[in-house]
Amino acid sequence: MRTISLAFILYVFWLVLSGYFKPFLLIAGAICAVLCALAAGRLNAADEEGHPNHLILRTPTYYPWLLWEIAKSAWSVTKIILHPKLPISPTMSVVRASQRTAAGIATYANSITLTPGTITADVQGNDLTIHALVADGATDVEGGEMDRRVRAFEGGA
Amino acid sequence: MTLAVDIASWVLIVLGSFFTVVGAFGLVRMPEVFTRMHAASVIETLGAGFLIFGMCLQAGFTLVTLKLLFILALFFFFAPVVTHALARAVLHAGIEPKLAEDRRAAAKQRLAASGEGRQP
Amino acid sequence: MFAVAAVAILASLALAIARAIAGPTLFDRVLAGNTVGTLAILLLAVFGFLTGRPEFLDLGLTYGLLNLIGTLAVLKFFRYGDLAHDDDAGDRAR
Repeated sequence: MRTISLAFILYVFWLVLSGYFKPFLLIAGAICAVLCALAAGRLNAADEEGHPNHLILRTPTYYPWLLWEIAKSAWSVTKIILHPKLPISPTMSVVRASQRTAAGIATYANSITLTPGTITADVQGNDLTIHALVADGATDVEGGEMDRRVRAFEGGA
Repeated sequence: MTLAVDIASWVLIVLGSFFTVVGAFGLVRMPEVFTRMHAASVIETLGAGFLIFGMCLQAGFTLVTLKLLFILALFFFFAPVVTHALARAVLHAGIEPKLAEDRRAAAKQRLAASGEGRQP
Repeated sequence: MFAVAAVAILASLALAIARAIAGPTLFDRVLAGNTVGTLAILLLAVFGFLTGRPEFLDLGLTYGLLNLIGTLAVLKFFRYGDLAHDDDAGDRAR
């Protein structure tokens, strides 16, 4: 099942890159996509962690909120950069990720890093060391709203 | 209609240019390596996002738009990986960031007291 | 309008290269190098529109993939002095 969805995604990638729709190229792309998917299956790269296709359908529940958060915090970082006094107060803290799967923890850590103003600097099991540009940013992450949303996004997996 | 799309894409491209320059300016202005990463991530999120959406509007509904969206997805998934790898490498190299407030020890104690985290 | 974007990206490139030259640590330079890569992709896309040749986007995609691998390889090399280092093996031994 995962192999099929991976082959399908690879084939779409081939079509987007080539842009030619001649029979030979279409068939060659299909063969390449299937071979790559089979090789990924043998490498155990297409497992629940490497190709989390059960999360694809759930993206509308989380990504719009994440994009809005990114826009808000990028704007606040922009204001800090352009502020003449450069009012930064770098803070480090440790938060615990409550997700159960590796893909969930990776999503949470990447969401923290993708949001300007906060970086995941280290991961030890479930504990993420974060660095924030201002103390408020660290307080927001410790508040755990993003953690709850990623856990809901991860679902019952 | 075409004019409206043109104006929207111009606004997006100008906004993207603005955030790109601001991010690069922050890269030069920030005092040390961790704070510079925050400035660089402004380029990779808002700067690249606005520029690419602006170009998507110019391209219309073609293969070019799909390629642009692939590039945006590339940024979306790879930028945090690189930033995280960099931050981790800096910490492991023994460079301690200059901090206004260090909550690590207190937070660790609190988490240890609450217990039952899944440890690897 | 694309000319404005191109000029803005070139100015950002100049600032990023200034940071790469100024350092002071290795990691500042790696960060600046990664930012230069990001800006180069954007510049390739904008330049494709400026000259009406969207083939430049393919170069941008390839450059994006190489940029990730290149940055990670440099970081790994300077941490272990070895590109084929197996981090998990060390964890198992401990």
